[in-house]
Amino acid sequence: MINSSSDNVKKLNSINRRMFITGSLKFFIMIGIVSRLFFLQVKENKKYLTLSDKNRIREWKLAPVRGEFHDYFGNVIAGNFEAYQLHVIPEQVEDFRYVIYRLKDLLELSDNEFKKVLKKKNEIKPWETLIVSDNLSWQKFSKINNHLYDLNGVKPVISISRNYPFKENFTHLIGYVSQANPDDIESNEAIKKNFVPGLKVGKVGLEKTFEEKLIGTNDIERYEVNAYGRRISQLEFQKGEKGKTLKLTIDTEVQKLANELLKDKAGSICVMDIYTGAVIAMHSSPSFDPNLFVFGISQDDWQLIRNDPMKPLVNKTLQGNYSPGSTIKPIVALSALENGIINTNFTVKCTGKTEMYGQTYHCWKDKGHGYVSLRNAMKQSCDTYFYEIARKLGVDKLSETAKKFGLGEKVFGDLFDIEKKGLIPNTQWKKNALGKGWLLGETIITGIGQGYIQTTPIQLCLMTAQIANGGYKIYPHIVVNDKFKDQPMDKFTPLYKNSKNIKIVQDAIFGSTNEVMGTSYRSRIDNPEYQFAGKTGTAQVKKITEEERELDLKTSQIPYEQRDHALYVAFGPYKNPRYALSVIVEHGGNGSTTAAPMATKLFKLIIDRHKIRESLGNKKYLEI
Amino acid sequence: MYQHTRLTTNRLGFFQKFKNFDYVLLICILLLGFISLATMYSTDGGEIKFHTKSHFTKLAVFTLMMLVMSFINIKYWFSIGYLAYLAVVGLLVGTYLFGITSSGSQRWINLYFINLQPSELMKIFIIVCLAKFFHRMKLENVNSIYTILTSLIIILLPMGLVIVQPDLGTAVLIAISGIAVLWFAGINYRYFIYTILGFIISLPFVIAFLKPYQKLRVLTFLNPDKDPLGAGYQIIQSKIAVGSGGIFGKGFLKGTQSYLEFLPEKHTDFIFTLFSEEFGFVGSAILLVIYAIIIYRIVAIGASSRSYFAKIFCYSFGAAIFVFITINMSMVLGLLPIVGSPLPIMSYGGSSMLATMIGFGIVMSARVHNQQLIA
Repeated sequence: MINSSSDNVKKLNSINRRMFITGSLKFFIMIGIVSRLFFLQVKENKKYLTLSDKNRIREWKLAPVRGEFHDYFGNVIAGNFEAYQLHVIPEQVEDFRYVIYRLKDLLELSDNEFKKVLKKKNEIKPWETLIVSDNLSWQKFSKINNHLYDLNGVKPVISISRNYPFKENFTHLIGYVSQANPDDIESNEAIKKNFVPGLKVGKVGLEKTFEEKLIGTNDIERYEVNAYGRRISQLEFQKGEKGKTLKLTIDTEVQKLANELLKDKAGSICVMDIYTGAVIAMHSSPSFDPNLFVFGISQDDWQLIRNDPMKPLVNKTLQGNYSPGSTIKPIVALSALENGIINTNFTVKCTGKTEMYGQTYHCWKDKGHGYVSLRNAMKQSCDTYFYEIARKLGVDKLSETAKKFGLGEKVFGDLFDIEKKGLIPNTQWKKNALGKGWLLGETIITGIGQGYIQTTPIQLCLMTAQIANGGYKIYPHIVVNDKFKDQPMDKFTPLYKNSKNIKIVQDAIFGSTNEVMGTSYRSRIDNPEYQFAGKTGTAQVKKITEEERELDLKTSQIPYEQRDHALYVAFGPYKNPRYALSVIVEHGGNGSTTAAPMATKLFKLIIDRHKIRESLGNKKYLEI
Repeated sequence: MYQHTRLTTNRLGFFQKFKNFDYVLLICILLLGFISLATMYSTDGGEIKFHTKSHFTKLAVFTLMMLVMSFINIKYWFSIGYLAYLAVVGLLVGTYLFGITSSGSQRWINLYFINLQPSELMKIFIIVCLAKFFHRMKLENVNSIYTILTSLIIILLPMGLVIVQPDLGTAVLIAISGIAVLWFAGINYRYFIYTILGFIISLPFVIAFLKPYQKLRVLTFLNPDKDPLGAGYQIIQSKIAVGSGGIFGKGFLKGTQSYLEFLPEKHTDFIFTLFSEEFGFVGSAILLVIYAIIIYRIVAIGASSRSYFAKIFCYSFGAAIFVFITINMSMVLGLLPIVGSPLPIMSYGGSSMLATMIGFGIVMSARVHNQQLIA
């Protein structure tokens, strides 16, 4: 009994001692847990709060609304329309196979289209948006919306997409948009910043040049989502800004006429205001429908465009390097006058051909023009006369004048990355580029715009405009109020030494159109309101052999690729000139029969439109 | 001696027993029950749905059971000690043979009216059994080979049965309950120190023998950011939830982490996370205080008990409950690897609550009959 009770006491002592140890241990552990709680909830609270928000808030960027292009009169030439699209984010779909087959049924996708969608799915990351369909009809779109309950993860989206209402009319000028590719994203910061799957960006033309202005900014939607990525509620909607709308100097009516005139022909027409440099129309033919590219062009359409022998993909106005042919003659004449080589009384006897330095140079008229002065030579486009004055002038002086008038360099600067410079040769150039000395014979053919000399249609137009405005420098532009590049200070600086010389040349060109024997006499307009002055040109694409000269073939008898290019430059109205134009029809044969009649139609419209333009301009046209 | 016994077995009247109740403990348990109901309501998305209803029913039934238990003399609980242990072992064997398999482990047994998880009950009955085993033992015999071997068998037998389910977490908790009794019974300090040392040394080998998913849990614990969407997901999301709660919490029913289903197992093991997110540091501290009071009362009841059985049970049960709470919280706070261990009373789960309430019942019975001696 005593033993047992003393044992009990010992046991009690033991257990109480150990309870004390346990109790203290518990206390410290409790402190540990509380301090951990304190650390997480008080000290690190901000960090975890951010993480929690990151968990629950997800941002959706929507494609920005692209700025539009308007013509001078406010017509939309590149606008937007609502496209119905279907997006799927594979990661957020529980049963992708089921959903995609269901969609295939609902959208009646062909096996081919279906395969394309699956292929696209394999190319993207699971959290990226898969665009199942980018331009659905309203019927199909509403059908999908009715079946959304069992299409978990499918997002019907109304997206704003590009639309070119005038189809092929402005293709080369404005360019087109298409889905952004990795290169576009890499090379352009604005695209990178605003990128969303399916974003369309400018690929060529002004669409590309003004990408930063046009692109706008994304709409941003913030949603609370659950752990499975399902949207629970919208927290915020941040409206993006629409891209800037650019107003162009273009007149759609004139542009449309240009397109019509060049239908089924390869060539270019451009029209320019000779004082402001505003481009009224600029068209390269053949063209194509830029709408084809917006949602990705089909392989068939692409092959058709790419393999067209008339090369629709080339912007001939800016990229086409052509021998100017006789259209260079006003510059040759001007250069000769300016350098005092000739005066108005200087005459040359044309016998149809002339021998110089052991070579025979033919005038286009076999019988010759007889004695011709400058005015007559210009009027009848006598080659012999210009051979002679070019010989006397020398290529270096000629090239100096030509360059002054805008030949041999880009007209629009860096506005179009595709623009070509053309080529105005001189002795120095030949030595550097070809390593050979200049031959005098080369000077002689340069005098009629053949040989090395190459110009683009827009350069010819600018040259004509600067002759027409009395010989003052202008800077052509297409965008109204274009702060992108302010016009340089040397605008309207005289390009001549003696303004009388310009007058002489202008008068000679007038004769060429409005007097009997003039090369474009048949295309003249007698009404002084529309009366214009122009110079024809016929550029050989190959050297004419003696046999061919004997045959004297008609244009239609020569194979297409060997026919001459037909050119025409003109300005009008003659009494009080305002507009200049250049027309080039590739392999069109003769300038006076193919190109000049187009100018007649153009001037009629341009001068009619001018009144409307002026009345609009009185209010707004302040962009000089 | 006979007289002595008769003197102490004087029967208490019904009202006397009522008077002897530990009302602080009872109120804390009821408060905890209320908090757990509110939290369950929040896990149901602010609606009375399945989990809330079921939790309420269990809470009501088991609290009632606990009260009934407290009226039964502590002697009775002493007398059924071995039997109850064997019965639960029998259930574990039954679970092994005909148990219900769910998410890869066979933990439940169908008793026709209830699906029971016997391993949870074992956490309590192993204490009852070992307390009885050590009750009459003289202190000098406690460290004998016989005693140590027998008690080890008592612990290892159910552990083995739980490990094969497989449910390592519960097995460890059963072992901790048993070891707590051994500790209070007076087993030599050295054995505990040796065991701990031995465990630490063998840890690398143990890890080598772990199942891949268990290994992953340990690795994840060490570096949860390695695989944030896979193995590390639970612990990262849990820490985010707790951390974003801040001082005062996001507010009742406003825990975004749980509401938007970022939290895993929010009804059961991660219930504290949800609570902590909604009620913040202050709420969590209050919850901890309630738990602390409960444990303190359990220990106090043990200290005031005359019988050694009651004393050792209360101390061990108090320690075990403390460990359960600590392990659960450490787990959700990223202090321990994820082991499946519910938070007593708070977590959804009948068996766990039944076991805890049985424990409280016996403690309350010890309180009511604190003058009772057990021969």
